[in-house]
Amino acid sequence: MSDSYTSYLPAKAPEPNVETQPFWDATAQGRIDLAVCDDCGFIPWYPRLMCPDCQSTSMTWTTMAGTGTVYSYSVTRAGVGRAWKEHLPFVLAYVQLDEGPIMMTNVVACDPDEVEVGMAVTAVFDDTGEGTAIIRFTPTQRDSNE
Amino acid sequence: MSVRRVAHIAGVYEHPLREIPDKTVAQIHAQVAVGALADAGLTIADVDAYYSAGDAPGFGALSMADYLGLDCHHLNDTETGGSSYLLHVQQAAQAIAAGHIDVALITLAGKPRTGGAGPGGSARFGSAPEAGFENQFGMGVISGYAMAATRHMYEYGTTSAQLAEIKVAASTHAQHNPNAFLKDVVTVDQVLESRMISDPLHLLDACVVTDGGGALVVVSDAVAKRLDRHTIPVLGTGFGFKGMNSGRVDLTHTGARISGPAAFEEAGVTPSDIDYASIYDSFTITVLVTLEDLGFCEKGKGGEFVLDGALQAPYGRLPFNTDGGGLCNNHPANRGGMTKVIEAVRQLRGEAHAEVQVPDCEIALAHGTGGSMATRMGSATLILGRD
Ligand SMILES: [Zn+2]
Repeated sequence: MSDSYTSYLPAKAPEPNVETQPFWDATAQGRIDLAVCDDCGFIPWYPRLMCPDCQSTSMTWTTMAGTGTVYSYSVTRAGVGRAWKEHLPFVLAYVQLDEGPIMMTNVVACDPDEVEVGMAVTAVFDDTGEGTAIIRFTPTQRDSNE
Repeated sequence: MSVRRVAHIAGVYEHPLREIPDKTVAQIHAQVAVGALADAGLTIADVDAYYSAGDAPGFGALSMADYLGLDCHHLNDTETGGSSYLLHVQQAAQAIAAGHIDVALITLAGKPRTGGAGPGGSARFGSAPEAGFENQFGMGVISGYAMAATRHMYEYGTTSAQLAEIKVAASTHAQHNPNAFLKDVVTVDQVLESRMISDPLHLLDACVVTDGGGALVVVSDAVAKRLDRHTIPVLGTGFGFKGMNSGRVDLTHTGARISGPAAFEEAGVTPSDIDYASIYDSFTITVLVTLEDLGFCEKGKGGEFVLDGALQAPYGRLPFNTDGGGLCNNHPANRGGMTKVIEAVRQLRGEAHAEVQVPDCEIALAHGTGGSMATRMGSATLILGRD
């Protein structure tokens, strides 16, 4: 798993709740923990405690590998609010984890023009400073601590 | 139960202005309500059902029915973003079929241009279960749709030049609309050379941001028969929800894949029967994918379908958005569904601008998209006829 990481993108602290607290606690330790259905094996994204496929409420928090591929992305170059303006251009993406779920994220620490659909990426954990981290991804061939 | 020909659109009104700094949102709702009722030959006193969505201020339909002075026994505040108003037509038709109502009023108003109001529905977003998982990444409306465009290009080879053809067709129509926000005809090159906002979508791939509003009056058969106005029968209706599918994200389809076939089946027609189509055009990619999902072409062939002036009125294969659409004319309250219905009614009445009036327009389709193609959306399709 990754060490603490700073992409310099805004990392506003989320508001964990009774359903999502274990997910956010794991991010602070550099892990993607998702609730896996004990009955049908499905892993919903975003994490929730009733399986949307079989309605089971028996879900177990399980650590994902933290690797995946880019499902799609866009490169934002203009038209954003103040918090993001100084970070233009930045990459918004959907990344498919190797375990299946597709999650919204950013691809960071690379030239935006090098990002491609299908590119292998690895999770990094942007510290919010409040006991949580925002999950972003970097191209796998690179050192994720650069 | 089918609602085919049960309901009729008797009145429509589009606010003529695109910047309305000196009116409140409630005032604009009232102005378009009276406008649509006058178009139908009816008054506020005739309304027995009122429909509004997330753009209605305060308590929504409750606040607005009170402000308008309505004496109605049926309120509906269903919120599905920009598609709400087409869904309201379906719901009004259902209520008419059940014998509950005779005259439904549907209104939309907003001031994103001069009033600083965000997209409707955003006030509730902070409490959404998905909020913490989607509001951390700088996603704007356009960067979300841009991801849908990227994936479509990846899977099907769609190009930016093909998307630009959609804007070109809309601008060709908008030049004839004196109220259009953008009246200049643009070329494919001008779209491609416009500022890149979020790859692969340029500034000219995006709809306009306008103040404004619109309203519809939907009536029963009995009421339609005693009105002098040319009323438009609702032939078919459909609605489709498409979400994130719990992480099995699919950015190359919309809810039109569900709403379209339902509407066609109810109307008893096929895509080849459609003389004119109003297609929701928040972005060029929205149009292209919707055309595929409605069955006007195969999945993945939208880029080829829009070439050669296919969307240009009056003689293209499928004339679309002859008012200039959201891309050029008007996208009031950041919600384009209302104006889609209004222009379809103009076409069927023969009241579109002469330069873009489709000859012998007998069957029209109107389609709305609400929410986001990048996350969760409500899609609504109406097929309208001519008596
Ligand atoms: Zn399950």
